[in-house]
Amino acid sequence: MIRPHDSVIVHTLARVFTPIIQLFALYVLIHGHDSPGGGFQAGTLFAASVILPVIAFGIQGSLAVLERRAIILGAVGILLYAGIGLLPLILGGEFLNYGELPIPGMETSARRHWGILGIETGVTLTVAATAVSIYYSLRERGEEEGK
Amino acid sequence: MLTVDTLLIFIGLFFLTVAAIGVIRLPDVFSRSHALGITDTLGNFFVLTGVAFYQGLTLADVKIFLILLALWHLNPVISHATLRAALRNGVRPWIKEKK
Repeated sequence: MIRPHDSVIVHTLARVFTPIIQLFALYVLIHGHDSPGGGFQAGTLFAASVILPVIAFGIQGSLAVLERRAIILGAVGILLYAGIGLLPLILGGEFLNYGELPIPGMETSARRHWGILGIETGVTLTVAATAVSIYYSLRERGEEEGK
Repeated sequence: MLTVDTLLIFIGLFFLTVAAIGVIRLPDVFSRSHALGITDTLGNFFVLTGVAFYQGLTLADVKIFLILLALWHLNPVISHATLRAALRNGVRPWIKEKK
């Protein structure tokens, strides 16, 4: 049986830091293509912001809905990545050649910018969902062995 | 030439070295965590302040300050959680044996 943590100090820190971690994950995601960071890092941060409350407060109430459905979100992320990647391929460019994306009224550089952001968002979703579902399945096994 | 930034960074490196030596040399998990929790926090403070001085007055200073704020809150709490778990699981603090 995995109990929630019973220290007030840890509870307070988890409560304060969960939104800060999410905000920082968004920062890392949005600034991914012109500074250190990117989709993978933002995804792990998002996953951490989901896992931290579960460790501190227990599984009840805290996004336990995600337990089975997290992996669906991962599939959506891969769909986003593959969709943005394949669209230029269909329209006569190369795979992941964002310059060929069919967005009307936009310069090629702007297209590349938004294309990279879309790809990174897909990576973020997939990484976050995968890390969360790995955590949940490890936790399940731990609870079975603890009984 | 010794300027403020290099001086601060070297003071910070001194504290980090002390923390590393403490982790290797001290006898049990509690005193090791003491070395890590206190000297590491101070070392981070001096190194990051030195980096902020080295940068000059830019937006990076604000980010360094935020990193420092996060470290100062996270480092003690992680020590606290680890040691609490160790104590709950039956690790006894090291004491000097009586003759």
